Parts: sequence; structure tokens; C-alpha cells
Amino acid sequence: MAGLKTLFRRGEPAIWFSGAGLGVSLLLIGGMVALILIKGFGFFWPGALAEVTLRDGRVLLGEIVAREGIPAPGTAEHLQRDRLQMKLGNRDITGVDVTWIDEDDIVATTYPDTAVYVERLEYGPFIGLPVQLVEADGRVTAGAEAVLAALPAVLRQASSDRADIRRLERDDVGGVNHRIGQARLGLRALDLEASTGPGVDHAARRAAVERDLSALEAAYLSLEARLATALEGASRARLTLRASGGEEKDLPALDVFRLYPANHLTWAGRAGVYGSRLWEFLSGDPRESNTEGGIFPAMFGTVMMVLIMSLVAVPFGVLAALYLREYARQGVVVRVVRIAVNNLAGVPSIVFGVFGLGFFVYVVGGTLDQAFYPERLPAPTFGTGGLLWASLTLALVTVPVVIVASEEALAAVPRSMREASLAMGATKFQTVLRVVLPAAAPGVLTGLILAMARGAGEVAPLMITGVVKLAPDLPLDSYFPFLHLDRKFMHLGFHIYDVGFQSPNVEAAKPMVYATAGLLLVVVLVLNLTAIMVRNRLRKRYQTSAFS
Amino acid sequence: MNTSPAIVIREANLWYGGNQALHDISMDIPEKQVTALIGPSGCGKSTLLRCLNRMNDLIDDVRTTGSFLVHGQDIYAPAADVIDVRRRVGMVFQKSNPLPKSIYENVVYGLRVAGIRDRAVLDAACERALTAAALWNEVKDRLATNGLSLSGGQQQRLCIARAIAIEPGIILMDEPCSALDPIATLKIEELIYELKSQYTIVIVTHNLQQAARVSDRTAFFWLGRLIEYSRTAELFTNPTEKHTEDYITGRFG
Repeated sequence: MAGLKTLFRRGEPAIWFSGAGLGVSLLLIGGMVALILIKGFGFFWPGALAEVTLRDGRVLLGEIVAREGIPAPGTAEHLQRDRLQMKLGNRDITGVDVTWIDEDDIVATTYPDTAVYVERLEYGPFIGLPVQLVEADGRVTAGAEAVLAALPAVLRQASSDRADIRRLERDDVGGVNHRIGQARLGLRALDLEASTGPGVDHAARRAAVERDLSALEAAYLSLEARLATALEGASRARLTLRASGGEEKDLPALDVFRLYPANHLTWAGRAGVYGSRLWEFLSGDPRESNTEGGIFPAMFGTVMMVLIMSLVAVPFGVLAALYLREYARQGVVVRVVRIAVNNLAGVPSIVFGVFGLGFFVYVVGGTLDQAFYPERLPAPTFGTGGLLWASLTLALVTVPVVIVASEEALAAVPRSMREASLAMGATKFQTVLRVVLPAAAPGVLTGLILAMARGAGEVAPLMITGVVKLAPDLPLDSYFPFLHLDRKFMHLGFHIYDVGFQSPNVEAAKPMVYATAGLLLVVVLVLNLTAIMVRNRLRKRYQTSAFS
Repeated sequence: MNTSPAIVIREANLWYGGNQALHDISMDIPEKQVTALIGPSGCGKSTLLRCLNRMNDLIDDVRTTGSFLVHGQDIYAPAADVIDVRRRVGMVFQKSNPLPKSIYENVVYGLRVAGIRDRAVLDAACERALTAAALWNEVKDRLATNGLSLSGGQQQRLCIARAIAIEPGIILMDEPCSALDPIATLKIEELIYELKSQYTIVIVTHNLQQAARVSDRTAFFWLGRLIEYSRTAELFTNPTEKHTEDYITGRFG
């Protein structure tokens, strides 16, 4: 017993318990991150296509994506046998993307060498065997191997044609459209002016705008003609594929995004497909109701929002903390304010969302619309959710965190440093600016890190102040004023919710959810790491301890 | 020494809240000499020192009465500019506190906050101050390094350099060597001896030998009262008050 007592006195059990606690926490976090990363980014790896013949004679061609025990609760066979989840694609032919088959029902499995996985414009992937290829000049290639050999060149051409057409549509036609829209708004503005203040000569200005408008409309017509020609001249190759049930499908090459012979690829080939899919995920736009394609707009929106939120929250937070700590007389009022700020940090963010909607969107936004954009009414510009209001709402959520962290940092600046500055004839303001704030900078950055991490992850307040399922444009583009704070935007957190729970095809969407969650983790990690690196550099420069 | 005194203190009283820390202090501190303030802990010598550049203003709940005239001007007058006071009366603290900036920036800090931006003026002032503080040769090649990277003795000399860079008439030193080893202490004492030809120095010290070595006049305080104030040689060899004699012979304190 004496041995046990000394053990406790030495504190060994406490060490073991705390170590175990840390270990469990790390396992949980590590496990969650690993799960997200493996299921999310593993989703892009091109698997083999298996052709299974079932006992009832059906033949299915697809990618085996999961295996689990068959549940039969209460019986002896519970989880004794396995079933496989197969991704079949071909939603337009069979109506099902994915299906479960009992492993016992499988009679034979082969891996046909020429089976292809086709990512296309509509209806999800197509899995089948190539039959023939008809090129623009009429040449016909038949037979699976021959088609596979001729395809890469044809698809490359189709892809570049697609890019050209997109460029015409987006940049050229889109640009003219934008200017037509602006001209029409200009006319409306002139009308409004005329109705409120007659006597000024509007006729000349009106005529000028109308001249511009007709010139623009002529430009639009000519661009439309160019587009039609481009569409005409674009690759008209057509690919015929056969599904496992025997049905044939005719696809224009322009609609094919990616095609690969899944069982024929080398490791390098698979890595190539993986890389290309990952790149498309990170840089492309979403397709098929957000269940396919990329999430670049969501990533862009998230980063943009976090940056604007930080730009607003940090200066306000630091100034507030400065006043509370340095200038306010430390009495009851200051203590009450401090308690209030600490409590604000715990308010559920949806409450801030509702406040943001009511105050920012309706009151401030409505007033801005009346004052600056009357010609667009009744269509709201700032009177509806958008990037600015969402960022400001989240800034409200994170300002208490910044204030608390900054106050701690300011309080930690040693008195001796302040006295040194004051004794040399500096005013209090100069001391704060030149000595206290730089010394407190690492702590303030900690507050920024916490704020960014919290802000990037909140979804509820965003849903009502400006995030949408699919935004037509990015908030940053090449039209003045370049950063459009009134635009709605996409957000990774909301995307996860939308794809996971609001999507028409849950099975197809599941991997997307994992991948998006993984990306959100990566984005937050990158933001935090940047701030941590800046903080470390500042710590080195402004270290306050003397070692002599 | 017939020049008028640098500092004239009359009937100075100070309260921290309800506690009176200084009782009716009156003394003249002569120009361009070293005056030492000695006494046991808690006797008010540091408090009195901090009154001379109004550093006690930083503490809440402090009340001061009496007059403090620095070169004839009442530093506690309502019209007095506390910034100006602190520029004319510099201070070196007990624990060296260089700012977390480069050595150069530390030395020219006082000039910068006074509004001087001319690089040539700052450079010249920096060299002059560091030379006067006997630090120039040691750091002239690394003015851009962080002030905190110096040794303890060097840091204290840096603090002295930045105090004299703004050319105050008076330098207050609050136990400047108490955190230093004997060699560094010796260097600071030599520095004080050289500086006194240009500056009036008031030094608070616990070290009686240091007071005897360095100062021209010594004031002995006890429980907030000025017990004895005379030339150092006389105070140490022939003290008139019994308390003084007990203190310097080590019977208490």
C-alpha cells in the first residue's frame, strides 16, 4: 500500500491519464481526418471495371466501390455474407446509378480490356464498351481497340473546340451583354432623373446612350453569328458505345469530358487520370446539380468571404480591445462591457444571421438601394443577401473572439516596456502605437487565427445572408468595380450541406461530400498555417524575454 | 558650487490611497553632481525619485502635494507639460528594459517620438549617446541587431545611452546596478563618474559602498522622512543622526 501511495504522490497516474486522454483525442481527430481524406480524395482514383455475371443471367459492367456485410439482425447469418456496391452509371438507360449485389449471386467476374468509363455532360458517367467512332470528315473506325487508339486525338480536338466556344460565350458575348445591361440601366437612370427634375437637357444624353445601345446590339448580333459558325465548325465526331445490357448510346464528342479504358491503364495512366480529376475538382465549375465537376466557385467564395470578414473584424476588434485595456477607466462599466463581449462569443451564430438579415440586408441594404441604385429597383442590389452582408455578419460573430484575444495580448505586454517608452517623453498614444501594439501582435494574430477558423466553418448565418446553391458568376471579375460585393456566392460549408442532403442523387453525391469536406479542412489549415507562420516571425522579432 | 540647484523640493508629501509614503521632504539637489538616496526598503526613496519625472502619474490613486522645481519650473503645475518634463528628466530603471527593437532604434526612440526624422541627425545622436555610454565600440557593427540580444550590463548601458540621447539635463537612476554582476557594476559606476560633468544625476541605491564611491551628496531616508542629507564623505564618516549611523553600520536595514 505504501508503494501505491508514493505512486499517487509522484503523480504517475495523472501522467498516464493525461497521456491517454491526449492519445484518444488525437486518435479521434486523426481518424476523422483520415476518413475524410481517404474517402474524399480516394474517390478520384480510377478503379477497375468489372463485368459480373449473376446467377439469374444478368450481366453488369461497373466499378466496385464498396463492400459490407449483409445485415440480418436477430438471425445467425447476420453479417456473415458480403454484398458489393457497384457503380453502373448509365442513368439515362437503366434509371439506376448504383446498385447492391450479393456476393453469393456472382457466378463469374471478368475484367474486359476495352471497357471504358466516360464522364459526360449529362446523366452522369457512362460505362460500356466502345463500338465505333464517326469523325467529322466521315471516317468510320469500328472495333473497340481501333476506336480506343483513335479517340485521344479526337477528344483533344473536341476539348479545345469546347474551350473556344466557352470563351466566345463567356467573354465576348458575355462582355457585350454586360455592356448592353449597363446601357439599359443608364437609360432608366436618365428616365428617373427626368421624372424628378425636369428642365435639364436629357435629350442629348439619352440620344448618346441610345446610340451606344444600338451599336452594342449590332455587335451582339455579329457575335451571335460568330458563335453559330463556331458551333457549326466544332468537332462533330460521334462515338457509339454499348452498355452491358446491349443497349447502344450515341454521344457527340463535344459532350465527352473524360474517357479512359479502366482495365487497360498502367499506374502512370491511373495517376494521370487521378491528377486530372483532382485538378478539375479544384479548378472547375460544378455540373449535374453540384454532384459532379468541380467546386472552384465554392472555394473561391469561402476564401473571399473569410478575407473580407477578417479585414473588418480584426481592426474593429483590436481597436475595441485597445480602448478597453488602455484608455477606459477600469471601473464597473468596463467590467460589464468585458463580460458582455465574452458572452457574445458564445451566442449561437444563427442569431447573428437573423440580425444580419434584418439589419444589414433589409435596413442598410434597402437604404443603399434607394440612394444609389434606384434605376435597378424593384430588383434589389444590396437589399438582398450578398458577399458583403454575409462577411459583415460573420465579422460580428468573430469580433468577440478577436477582442478577447487582443485584450489578453495587450495585457501581457510588460509594464517595464511601457514605462521605458513613457520615461523618454513619448505620449501614451505613441507608446501604444510604437511599443505596445507591435509587442502584442503575435497575440492579436492568434485571435485572427481563431476568428478565421470559426468564420470559415459557420454555415447557418450564411444561408440567410448571401450563400446560394449555384451562383452564376464569381464575385471577382473583370468588369468594374471588379469586386462585386452585392453578388451572391458559393461556400464550401454550405456546399457540403447542399450536396449531402439536398441532392437528388444521394449515392452519387456521397463521395463529393467527403471530398468537399476534405477541401474545407485543407483551406482552413492553409489559412491557419499562414497566420501561424506570420506570428512566429513576429514573435522572433518582438520577443520580450531577455536571456542574459 | 554656487550655481543654483538643479532640483528644489519643498514640503513634498505623497499618499498611495490612504497610506502616506513621503512626509514633508525638502531638499536641494545640486547641478552637475551625483546625489545618492539611500535607506532601507520601503523608505520612500524610489517613490521620491519617480516624483521627479512624474512617473508616479501612471499609478492610480496617488496624491502629491508640495513643490518640485526642476531648473526653476514647477513640474506639477497644472500648465506643466508632462512630456516636456520627461524629456528634461531622464530615467534608468532597476531592471534594464530595452525595447524589443534594434539597438539603433532603441537609442533614437526618444528623438523619434519628439518628431525628429532627419536620418543624419539621428545617426549623429546615436553615435554620440553610445559613445558617452561607453558602448559604441562594442556595438557599432551591429546596430541593427535586437537590443535584447545584449548582455545584462550592455543592456543597462544601452538604457543609459537612450536616456542621454535626448540630452536631458538630469538623469534619475533607480538602483541601476542591482541586477548586474560586479564587473558590469564597475563599468556603470565609471560611466556615472564621467557623465556627471554633463548631467545632474540622482541615484537610488541599496549598496552603501556604491553610494560612498560614486556620489557627491547623500540623502538618508527612513519611513518616508528625510533623516539626513549632506556631503557623502561627512555622512559616512561623521553622521549626525543616530538612525543614519545605525543604518550605515549595518545595525538595521
